[in-house]
Amino acid sequence: MTRMISKIATLGFLAAVAALAASPASAQATLDTVKKRGKVLCGVSPSSAGYSFADDKGVRKGFDSDVCRAISSAVFGAPDKVEFVPLNTNIRFQALQSGEIDVLSRQTTLTFSRDNSLGLDFGPVVFYDGQGLMVNAKLGVKSASELSQAAICLLPGTTTLQNLEDFFKPRGIKYESVVFEDNNEWRNAFFSGRCDVITSDRSDLASVRAVANDPKQFVILPETISKEPLAPVVRQNDSNWKDIVSWSVNALIAAEEYGITQANVDEKLQSKEPEIQRMLGVSGDLGKMLNLDNKWAYNIIKQNGNYGEFFERNLGESTRLGLTRGPNQLWTKGGLLYSPPFR
Amino acid sequence: MAAPSSNPLRLLNDLRVRAVLYQVVAVALVVGIGLYLFGNVSRKLAEQNIATGFAYLDRPAGFVISQSFIAYDSSNSYARALLVGILNTVFVSIFAVLLSTVLGLVVGIARLSRNPMLSLLAKLYVEALRNVPLLLYLFLWYALIVAVFPPVREAWQPIPEVFVSNGGLIVPSLRWSPAHSGVLLAALAGVVLAFVVAGRLRRHRVATGIERRAWPIVLAASLLPPLLAALLLQPDLVVNWPEKGRFRITGGLQVTPEFTALLVGLGLSASAGIAEIVRAGILSVGRGQWEASRSVGLRDGQTMRLVVLPQALRVIVPPLTSSYLSTFKNSSLAIAIGYPDLVMVSNTTMNQTGQAIEGIAIFMLVYLGMSITISLFMNWYNARVALVER
Repeated sequence: MTRMISKIATLGFLAAVAALAASPASAQATLDTVKKRGKVLCGVSPSSAGYSFADDKGVRKGFDSDVCRAISSAVFGAPDKVEFVPLNTNIRFQALQSGEIDVLSRQTTLTFSRDNSLGLDFGPVVFYDGQGLMVNAKLGVKSASELSQAAICLLPGTTTLQNLEDFFKPRGIKYESVVFEDNNEWRNAFFSGRCDVITSDRSDLASVRAVANDPKQFVILPETISKEPLAPVVRQNDSNWKDIVSWSVNALIAAEEYGITQANVDEKLQSKEPEIQRMLGVSGDLGKMLNLDNKWAYNIIKQNGNYGEFFERNLGESTRLGLTRGPNQLWTKGGLLYSPPFR
Repeated sequence: MAAPSSNPLRLLNDLRVRAVLYQVVAVALVVGIGLYLFGNVSRKLAEQNIATGFAYLDRPAGFVISQSFIAYDSSNSYARALLVGILNTVFVSIFAVLLSTVLGLVVGIARLSRNPMLSLLAKLYVEALRNVPLLLYLFLWYALIVAVFPPVREAWQPIPEVFVSNGGLIVPSLRWSPAHSGVLLAALAGVVLAFVVAGRLRRHRVATGIERRAWPIVLAASLLPPLLAALLLQPDLVVNWPEKGRFRITGGLQVTPEFTALLVGLGLSASAGIAEIVRAGILSVGRGQWEASRSVGLRDGQTMRLVVLPQALRVIVPPLTSSYLSTFKNSSLAIAIGYPDLVMVSNTTMNQTGQAIEGIAIFMLVYLGMSITISLFMNWYNARVALVER
């Protein structure tokens, strides 16, 4: 109830802000606003293991939060000039549209209609995810095509429901969908057998399985029924700010590719490679083109690490989520991560 | 005598003119602010290239809904999906209101019982239900249903072909066709007809004083329309038997656990409030009324039914209206336990289209419209039972 009310209240409030505010988005100048304010307002998940959550000391941890810090490093030369704004899925776009936040880094799937009807622009993909299906191993199901008449538990808020229909309808498979607003109810309904199948992004299913009494009791089916490229989002019509966000992410990926880590970035300043020199601001003036300090990329890596370090720290096999790199591997190692060149 | 309106400003001295003027100014102000906000939102949204308007309602929804009273599949429009949500909301609310009224009436009367055990039980019931938030009860009922009943594959069969599991209650049903709907409508018409006939007979009895046996005529009036419809339309009597599949049981009439939990949660919680309203109503009828009806030889049940409750209704109906309204609005908590009501369908729609302002506007308008309908009906009923001054 309170969540419902607060959601509606927030929406109402944002609508009022959108109506009354002088004009948050006539902003060719998000960068100026951010610099004047002295911090980046970054929209994140309220609580999502591995992506964005507050630890026992109240510090935001997670992959998405680290992307926010990287942007802060690029703009201010310090990773802590971020104010995290926890947003649920229903109000995240409105918060960005109305200028409540500067950038949304919140497990948000890049889709055509979102890119073209919301007045928003997406940065580069930071995580390639896909919707999967998990079942009880006892059922002996080997493939999603066997799921005729099954009951499927899912969460609203994303395109999960639509993906399910896009996948099953052409195959003539009928099913019962049970949609839960609350994560706990959703998981419990699955564990207690109300639903035969639980569906979400594969990374999310991994964390559901991690909290089961006996994780081995559940299997994730091989099919990935949708593409879920997660990317940061900014407002349209401010290409400078979009470039800053995009190239901050690209710098993370390129740094991993060139072997630049948080630990060795200072040595790499002596590198003879012209591309590394340009990126780290030893030569050229790439930073100035972004209206940033020439050391912007150096600061990102020195203060936060590269993409690989982000992944291992928050999502990797040593963490509770225990994800493998999969498609989120460099293109040179058979993955999809590919940064355009720094020149 | 000079015309009072020779100087327009002097009109302001007239109290009635001033009263009207204040109202005109107030309305103009509210409408003006509304128009300004609306214009501003539209302009800003357009400036930011954000899609606006209700054109999206015609686009295919692309998602399935687990419970629907009208034909619906994912290729239908968003508008139809919303209609399915609205019907689900209305359906569960009507049943919850009926349940809460019956339970509330029984418990309210039981609280006033001279049997201490019964009145204590009723008191416990009321206090337990109205002192815990409804949302927690919904979680409780849902968790109980899902945890206590076995999974579908091990469903209980208390009677052959009736399945009870945490996937819901499944009973055999008739294969529904338009002919069946026709008979159902005729049956409703029969009920209305029976009421009309009963009213006429009563008036006739009061006017002439001649006592005639009324019930055969009333019964005939209620049965005639459905029988006629059945003869004319000849619906097929094909039974839709439940069938066990690999995962689910298909066919038959299925009552989902989400619906049951919501119905029980809403109905029980509201019944506690209604019990108190009924108790207050009965207590408001003076002792003299009881004593008087006993002295003319009425039994306790008759006294309650014929003398006390009709008078208590005057006190009961206004707060009862509020209780019905909250039940209706509280049905939006459905979203917590997976019942596909209006709010859930709206949320999915908003997430897929990104048009949240329109989505919120639609569901607020629907709730407002339906709440006003309930209020109007209850006000009409209240006027009927109100004290008629002679």
